[in-house]
Amino acid sequence: MEIFSLGIFGGEKFLKENGFRRAGLPLWKEIFFDLRFLREVSMKNKIDARNFGLITRYLKGFYHLFGIALICSMLHTILNALTPQIFRYAVDGILGGDETALPEVVQKMLLHPLLAGNALRMLGAAAAALILVAILSGLFSYGFRMNVTKGSEGFVKALRDGLFAHIQRLPFRWHVSHQTGEIIQRCTSDVEVVRNFVTNQMLEVIRIVFLVGFSLTVMFSMNLQMALIAAIFIPIVILYSGIFYAKIAARFRVADEAEGVLSTTVQENLTGVRVVRAFGREKFEISRFDEKNETFANLWIQLGKLMSLYWSLGDLITGLQIMTVISVGALLAVNGQLTLGEFLAFVSYNSTLIWPVRGLGRILSEMSKAGVSIDRVAYILRAEEEKDPPEALTPPLDQDITFENVTFRYEGQKPVLDHLSFTIPAGSTFAILGSTGSGKSTMVHLLDRLYDLEPDEGKITIGGVDLRQIRRDYLRHGIGLVLQEPFLFSRTIRENIAISRPGSRMEEIRSAAGIACVDEAIDTFTDGYDTIVGERGVTLSGGQKQRVAIARMLMQQAPIMIFDDSLSAVDAETDAKIRASLRQRMGSATVILISHRITTLMQADQILVLEDGKLAQQGTHAQLIAQEGIYKNIYDIQMSSSDRELIESGRSASSDSTPALTSP
Amino acid sequence: MRIDEKEYTKSFDIHIWKRLLPFLRPFTRTFVMVIVMNLLCAAVDIMLPLFQRAAIDNFIQQDTTQGLWLFSLVYALVIAAQTFFVILFARGCMRIEMKLGRDMKRACFTHLQTLSFSYYNTTPVGYILARVMSDTNRIAGMAAWQSVDLLWSLSYVLGVFAAMLLLNVKLALTIMLIVPAIALLTAYFQNRILHWNRKIRKQNSKITNAYNEGIMGAKTSKTLVIEDQNSEEFTVITEDMRRSGIKAARLNAIFIPLVLLMGTIATAIVIRQGGGMVLDNLLMLGTLSAFASYATGIFEPIQQIARNLSEIISMQANIERVIGLLDEQPQITDTPEVVEKYGTSLDPKPENWEPLKGDIEFEDVSFQYPDGNEEVLSHFSLKIPAGTTVAIVGETGAGKSTLVNLACRFFEPTSGRILIDGRDYRERSQLWLHSNIGYVLQSPHLFSGTVMENIRYGRLDATDEEVMEAARAVSAHLVVEKLENGWQSDVGEGGDRLSTGEKQLISFARAVLANPRIFVLDEATSSIDTQTEQLIQNAIEYLLKDRTSFLIAHRLSTIRQADLILVVRDGRIVEQGRHEELLRLGGYYHTLYSRQFEEESAMSILQR
Repeated sequence: MEIFSLGIFGGEKFLKENGFRRAGLPLWKEIFFDLRFLREVSMKNKIDARNFGLITRYLKGFYHLFGIALICSMLHTILNALTPQIFRYAVDGILGGDETALPEVVQKMLLHPLLAGNALRMLGAAAAALILVAILSGLFSYGFRMNVTKGSEGFVKALRDGLFAHIQRLPFRWHVSHQTGEIIQRCTSDVEVVRNFVTNQMLEVIRIVFLVGFSLTVMFSMNLQMALIAAIFIPIVILYSGIFYAKIAARFRVADEAEGVLSTTVQENLTGVRVVRAFGREKFEISRFDEKNETFANLWIQLGKLMSLYWSLGDLITGLQIMTVISVGALLAVNGQLTLGEFLAFVSYNSTLIWPVRGLGRILSEMSKAGVSIDRVAYILRAEEEKDPPEALTPPLDQDITFENVTFRYEGQKPVLDHLSFTIPAGSTFAILGSTGSGKSTMVHLLDRLYDLEPDEGKITIGGVDLRQIRRDYLRHGIGLVLQEPFLFSRTIRENIAISRPGSRMEEIRSAAGIACVDEAIDTFTDGYDTIVGERGVTLSGGQKQRVAIARMLMQQAPIMIFDDSLSAVDAETDAKIRASLRQRMGSATVILISHRITTLMQADQILVLEDGKLAQQGTHAQLIAQEGIYKNIYDIQMSSSDRELIESGRSASSDSTPALTSP
Repeated sequence: MRIDEKEYTKSFDIHIWKRLLPFLRPFTRTFVMVIVMNLLCAAVDIMLPLFQRAAIDNFIQQDTTQGLWLFSLVYALVIAAQTFFVILFARGCMRIEMKLGRDMKRACFTHLQTLSFSYYNTTPVGYILARVMSDTNRIAGMAAWQSVDLLWSLSYVLGVFAAMLLLNVKLALTIMLIVPAIALLTAYFQNRILHWNRKIRKQNSKITNAYNEGIMGAKTSKTLVIEDQNSEEFTVITEDMRRSGIKAARLNAIFIPLVLLMGTIATAIVIRQGGGMVLDNLLMLGTLSAFASYATGIFEPIQQIARNLSEIISMQANIERVIGLLDEQPQITDTPEVVEKYGTSLDPKPENWEPLKGDIEFEDVSFQYPDGNEEVLSHFSLKIPAGTTVAIVGETGAGKSTLVNLACRFFEPTSGRILIDGRDYRERSQLWLHSNIGYVLQSPHLFSGTVMENIRYGRLDATDEEVMEAARAVSAHLVVEKLENGWQSDVGEGGDRLSTGEKQLISFARAVLANPRIFVLDEATSSIDTQTEQLIQNAIEYLLKDRTSFLIAHRLSTIRQADLILVVRDGRIVEQGRHEELLRLGGYYHTLYSRQFEEESAMSILQR
């Protein structure tokens, strides 16, 4: 019904406003999503204003683009408002023959010798003016869109880059306490919501307010009475929308949850397919599914009924408003209070009032949605990055490492390290034995400054320098660390190995892989060193991963090397081979080994046994087996139990023949 | 989920669409109602400019207010009628959408219950879930709304043409000249916009992957000090994304004003040509204004038609995916004779079922996974007398579950036979066999619901007392006692309110209730606290008694008590025998065992 009134108006509004009605009746399904969101907002309560600062920081450098866009948008709106005037003058001045109804400028133009007296030519001029206005308005529309897009795309790129770099620099403590999926969602979906807001809504609100204000001004200047009649519907529409939103929200929640329940039912059936089949419960599953499926469908049908009522009643109000304006307009025109041209122009302006107002509710909901997303993104940005003071030191690292009375606890837990003191002599091989949770990994974390000790928690020194005074990147460069479950990046094996020194020569990479005993395995892959590993490539076995990680660590050429149970997935023989070749190559490095294998531990210069974060035993292998204690117990079991005998007899058998023993 | 990104680029294929018909048929009457309402709506929309025309020509131009009240009344009635049509039509559409979606979901779900494990093994759950939930939702939504929307646009455009032709042929024909121009513009731009949107989607998933890796690998990045290097690389991806975003926006920024310009040109024609006619008294002013309305009004619906069409065509991919799921054939089926006697899984005839004793024999069995290219078993023979405990050991991913899959008939041998109690198991129904199997998974699977419901899953007609009895047999009642609502406690989605050890005890109870003749245990690798561990060991012992059991074992204590150990490497059984024999052999078992032994022995002392 807005169509006819827009007839002469031409303009982008038509597309947008009409979009609310026809282009998609399914559009009110989008309103459902707004509702879904409103629920979240109400649960999330209020939004912190400081967060906007964290986000708007990334808008810097793009303000001028948004400024230009805003100007373009206003010019575009004003130009569009000219169209009904052109039509009005064409109707009143040319077709109505009443040239006095026109403003002086136009009168003068019409007196131009080319036009004067020739009505057809005047009509041609009006038509040309329409097209000219449309072209100009199109140019401004282009200018608006391009500037907004450049601004918002630039902004969102800056935001994404900023987030990524920020997350990279956040302390390890932060990473441990947050779920990956949740963070990724904030970095992707929420950033997308923010982008969408900046692109589509941020200026739109200003535009709509300007548009409505401008239209109202023009209307009031044309005819007070009719303008009042038109304007009175605006609060009615707003009130109506508000009441409806409030009314439907609860019902919506129920329907929305039903979908979640249904989805969970399907998912559980799929993941539990073995259980379902093994118990022969197919029939039972189907009946359970049917029940939830039915509920889901019915709830939405009910909701649809309500929505259809709301939406068409909204249409009705809008339609009645237009009808009233037309009827009253006709009455006034007949009474001579309004010219025909003014009547037509008025009807046009009127149409620009009501649809944007109906759209406003949606935009406001989008806005608060963006508010929540901004909040969620800002939460990440607010976390403090790891930073070294400028006076941080870079002392030589090939020195004694000393733990002095170190106590450490993770937030709210009992201490994992309890008054621990010992020294790792430079250049020695130092082994640590301990159960899960005994604090072994914590020691490694502390050494690499993934966590820092508090002032009252003792200290760790290298060559006498407190670890906390050493620059983090320098320290980490100097410590080669291999974890039990190493993480490989999804790129080629070559890139993975050389990741700490991009551009390394192939010989270096090969040699590192050779020491880690993984070069043969790599050569069996079709693409050799160019094989892509990780999520999007070949899956490596646990042992292969560990060995690639060792090769990667070797490339670092660090004076301190830590193996955190990093040969657990490699068999004992390969383990020994790797350690032998390591020893040859890295003669002067300090090596810290964490393992459960006595055969591995016994070759260390010093062995430390940890129990509940306390030092239980320390000494050489010979010293430790000479005393009663954990180490000797394990040694006894591993070396002399009945199984050991079997293992030994098996070992001698294997050295004769069985090929199964060679490393996989 | 990777498979999901695959683009279906097949061109229009009527056969795919035909498959939708059986689903649509039940809604024929609703569709007819919706279409009629929709046509009426379009008719009203076409009529509306005529009201404006009437207001001008009958009142303003005639300088009379006579009949203005009647005019307003009729106008209001027409709008009210349209409101009514919209309500009916929207409700109809909603009903079609939800019921069609419900039917398709049901068809998918029911079909999934018949599919074999080979399907589940090769298809990620997310991928199936997307078909059952999102694809069906989209198809139903499109079938209900897009088709109707298309109909509205089409009838509106045709109706406007008709109205214009009736009002003034010459002017109408002039305006229609613009239509092909719009069609060409739309065709040209839509394709390009689509292309860029696709590109943006791909870049988007690249960004997500990069974040994923950046976060998962944070610890490694820190230890290698490559944070800045990562951030640097990331900016390359976002820059691509920025460029694509601007390119796509530019297309839109040109396209929309161009279309509007076409509309204005049409209006300009109306003013120039129509105005001339008015001057010559060939046209009424009201008609001119109606023309102006029509001229601008049809361009959006014309584009709408293009959009609807491309949306509907893009729906082919969704249909294809759902149909693909429905066409998936179960690899394992019961012969008609078997169905005749034993019934199907959905309609069993338990009265004809023989009791199962538990002798299992592999007789010259060869096997190759449907998606594999190598035989993982060849001419394998093994007799497992009832009551035997078989442990299967090997590295993660070595293919330890193959034998279990075959014995449970989750897969069937490529050649050879598997006999249960001396008869080829294909001579009896799958459900018969499955009803006699108790299965406890490595990561035990529970369903949302109460503890009681979950245990009862083992035997649906068990009384509460029997459920509790079963729980007590494996000490699962100790878990229940700790829970706030006891037996009626909700275990959460997938049982996630319980620890792995607790879930395992519950699933043991479930297996006990089923009282199976064959028991399969995929032992947990994750660490479980010592106390629960002991309970679990006791439960396993209880369940192994008098049953034929398969243990996919990880713990030495479990392995040692087996009657027979099968050692699997790279999918093949490389050694078999008892613990001592195998150790003495000094083969692969020896390697595996000694590694495990060092680990476990150290742990046993350290954690004492």
